[in-house]
Parts: sequence; C-alpha cells; structure tokens
Amino acid sequence: MPPFIEIRGLEHAYRLDGGGRIAALRGIDLTIERGEFVAVVGPNGSGKSTLARHFNALLLPTVGAVWVDGLLTADQRNLWAVRQRVGMVFQNPDNQIVASTAEEDVAFGPENAAFPSAEIRRRVDEALETVGLIDYRTHPPQMLSGGQRQLLAIAGVMATRPAGIILDEPASMLDPLNRRQVLATIQLLNRDGLTVVLITQAMDEAATARRVLVMDAGRIVMDGPPAEVFEQGARLRELGLALPPAVEMAHGLRERGLQLPPGLLTVEQLARALC
Amino acid sequence: MLIRVEALSHTYVPGTPLARAALHEVSLEIAPGERVGLVGRTGSGKSTLVQHIAGLLAPTEGRVLLDGIPAHERSAAAHAARRRVGLAFQYPEDQIFEQAVSREVAFGPRNLGLGKDEIEARVRWALEMVGLDTAMEGRSPFTLSGGETRRVALASTLALRPEVLILDEPTAGMDPRGRREMLARVCAWQKETGSTLILVSHDLGELARVVERVIVLDQGRVAADGSARQALSDAAALAAVGLDVPQPVALLRALRESGWDVRTDRLLPEEAVEEIANACSH
Repeated sequence: MPPFIEIRGLEHAYRLDGGGRIAALRGIDLTIERGEFVAVVGPNGSGKSTLARHFNALLLPTVGAVWVDGLLTADQRNLWAVRQRVGMVFQNPDNQIVASTAEEDVAFGPENAAFPSAEIRRRVDEALETVGLIDYRTHPPQMLSGGQRQLLAIAGVMATRPAGIILDEPASMLDPLNRRQVLATIQLLNRDGLTVVLITQAMDEAATARRVLVMDAGRIVMDGPPAEVFEQGARLRELGLALPPAVEMAHGLRERGLQLPPGLLTVEQLARALC
Repeated sequence: MLIRVEALSHTYVPGTPLARAALHEVSLEIAPGERVGLVGRTGSGKSTLVQHIAGLLAPTEGRVLLDGIPAHERSAAAHAARRRVGLAFQYPEDQIFEQAVSREVAFGPRNLGLGKDEIEARVRWALEMVGLDTAMEGRSPFTLSGGETRRVALASTLALRPEVLILDEPTAGMDPRGRREMLARVCAWQKETGSTLILVSHDLGELARVVERVIVLDQGRVAADGSARQALSDAAALAAVGLDVPQPVALLRALRESGWDVRTDRLLPEEAVEEIANACSH
C-alpha cells in the first residue's frame, strides 16, 4: 500500500497582483502514514497553511509532486478521489457552515456525493454522535457556541468518511472548555484510525500529537516526536516559537539544578516528577 | 478617558423567538491608564461589552459614559468621544476592506482629517508596532496569511492612537514571538502615553504578562473583578465560569496539594520556577 500522503520536492509560489511571485514552499519532502497524528508548527508565513492545502488538492504544486493514497493531486481526474480521502477544517467554522440546522449542515457533503437517503441519515447521525452534538441536530448553527460550531464543521467533514483530516488552527478562536472538547474529539478520531494533521500556534496542543513538524521559511526544519522536538528549546526560540509552558518550566527548573527526567510535556507529568 | 458602564443590559433581536440577552445590568468603571483583561467563555458577553464601550451598539437598558458623555448618542460630543476609542475586532476580516495594506492602515487617520505627512508617519509607526515589514505596504490585505491579516487589523486600530485601545483576541493565529513582541510594544506605548488598554483574551497565561486588573464575565454578568494576580490564581472561581488557571498556577497548586510549601499566585512560568526552586533550597 502506498503511504497516505507522500510529498516529493514540493515548491509553491503565489502570484502577486502586480506581477512577481512569493515563494511559500521551497522544497518539501514528507511522508505521512495512515493513522498518524501530526502537528505542524512554525512562525506566521512559514508555509503551514500552504502545505496543508496541498494535502487535499486545494493547491497544486508549482514544482514537485503530492500523492494522496497513491493518487497524484496534479492529475485533474484524481481531484474528487483525493478530496474524498482528505477533509479540511478551518480556523473560523462560520466559513464552512452552509445550512440552517446542524443535521442539514452535516448532510451537505454526503448529499453532494448523491448517497441514498438512508445512508445519508446514518452518516449524519454517526458524525453528530462522534462529536457529541447529536442532541443539537435540529438547532440552527448560529445558536451553537463557537466551539460547538467548530465541532459541527468537523462532523460535516467526518460525514464524508475521509481517511484523513487536516485542521488549520481549529481551536485558536475557542474558549478553554471548547478547545479541550475539540482536541479530545480529534484524539478520539485518531484512535479510531483517522489520520490527523493539526496546524497550530499553541505548543501545548502540538504536544498532544505523536509527531511534530516545525516549519520555517517554506521548509520543514524539525521532525520528530514532541518530547524530542521540545528538548531543543534554544532552536525553537531562534525560530520565534515558544515551548509548551510545562516544558519551559521544566527547563527552568533543570537550570536551577533540579534533577528531572527528560520528555516532560504536561503540567501533570511535571508535577508527578517533582513529587 | 474615564469609562463608566452603568447597569448596562443588551438583548440581541429583542421581541423575537431568537431574542438573546447578552449583558445583564453590568456596572463597572475603568480609569484612565488602566490595563484591564476581560475574560469569560464564548457567549459570556465580552465582545458585546467592548462594542458598547466603543459606542457601536445602543444599550437595551443602562448606559456607557465616556468622560461623562453617553457613548452611543448621535451628538457631536459623543461622536468626538467615540473617536478617542479604538477597537480591533476579533475577526480581522470583519474590518478589512482596502486594496493595499498601507491604504487600509491609513483609513482611520485619514478619517481623523490628519495631514498627509502625519498619516504616513502613523502608518509606518503602526506597521512597526505590529511587526509588519514596510515591504508589505503595497500588498493586498487579502493575499496575506492569517497571522499577517490580524496584524494589519491591529495596525489600523493603533494608527488612530486612541486614548482607549480595545483589542479583542488580538493574538489568535499569531506566532509566539509575534505575540510577545507585539504585546510588549503595545504595553510600552500604553505606559508612555497613559492611554487605557482593554484586552479580551482566552489565553490567561498571556494576559498575566500584560494586565493589572481582570474582569471575569459569565453569562452577561460580572462574576469577578480584581487584581490580575488574585483573579487569575483563583482556581475555584475560574472553574465555576468554565476557565482554567494559567499553567504555572496549575503546577503550583498540584505541588501544594501534595504538601509543598509554595504560593500558588505566581502567574508566569519564570515566577513559578523561582518559587519552586526557592522551596527546594529551604
């Protein structure tokens, strides 16, 4: 079986209005296997969102190639099949909510795929169940909270049964409870086998992934498990990034001479190590 | 500018089945030069309250006074008072419409009737404050990344040099260095000019670095109002309104529960490290 996402020599340049180009990706080689949970971090303008848009053919390579499940994204005939395999959730859920009730909104994708109505019903219920919104099925989306609307956007994507989901800062506008709920849902979907790519500016969110990619100026400059990537505090700071607060405090305590085991990512882990 | 909010209530689409009460009899006062954080869950009324302070909404009940002038009135005095308040919206795309970054940022100063040189100087200054390269000036705001768009929206508000600067989730989508530097520059400017800063944020760890006072809203009411140190370390009160303490406080509380002799009102990571290291050496 081919890898879920395979990228070779990918470059992307945006055309500017007055002529001229801006290079957003400058040579990306990347393989993501089925079932992975990958976080992508990097400073503003480092190319995170551009890269994500290549995962489901919203953008096509200027140079290089992207395969999703063995399908070349640049081949027009693969467009539908690629988008069926990879769903996308954006920062502002209101940009992707289209219907007047929650269940109609979730049904939009399966309806477009022209499934029989019993199948649509089953998929909608299942997706609303998964994100915990089944009791809100007849609510108008604007009566849901920001976090619930983001969960609804995720349900809309899940109803098309993709093999992978790309989330571009899905929680950055949410309050802490909603944020936790969205992140817990992402974890749950990943445990069920969904491939997840989470783009985020929140380092504590990135720490919940199993693999972290760090981007800078259109390139992937670090790639590894969170414990390894966040060990390199000085390098991350140079890139304008921060450490998750727990990792920052663990570093500070080590500098003050405390003996702490490596790989502490959360406040809970740090507290346990200290007690 | 003295801000007085008096028994302010706001109901959206009143008299319809969709009527939703966003604020209930909120009263508070913000003195000139204060740095205030406004926190609460989604739907707690934060954005509604700041829009009232900017005079953009008419109260259902009660009123907002800016130096004694009702903020939403149609009088010349109220118009002049509103011009001294600058609000950067939560969703930057809600406020951006110009074709070039420099024109977008110049829009406010031009509306204030300033001269060409002054406008140019303010545009440059504002772009610098938010950490945007002057090479960006000619770009269309619609070709920028999410974090860059937010900076443009902030720069447009800063260019007004308002006496009351209100930032609604100003750093969402910005990278950590960008946030830190932007907030540090805004803070330095605020201290230098004695203007008032009102910051709406879900990131309590970030607020702890900037504000002295925190107002907690819950379901349209003021649930707490006090010093940042006190309000942001009160785990029970924050939990009751669905918020978490900053992570340094969470760590100190966990240690205290297992018998450590540490204070739990240390809001910043470096303060918590200091507190723990000191407890160890005793």
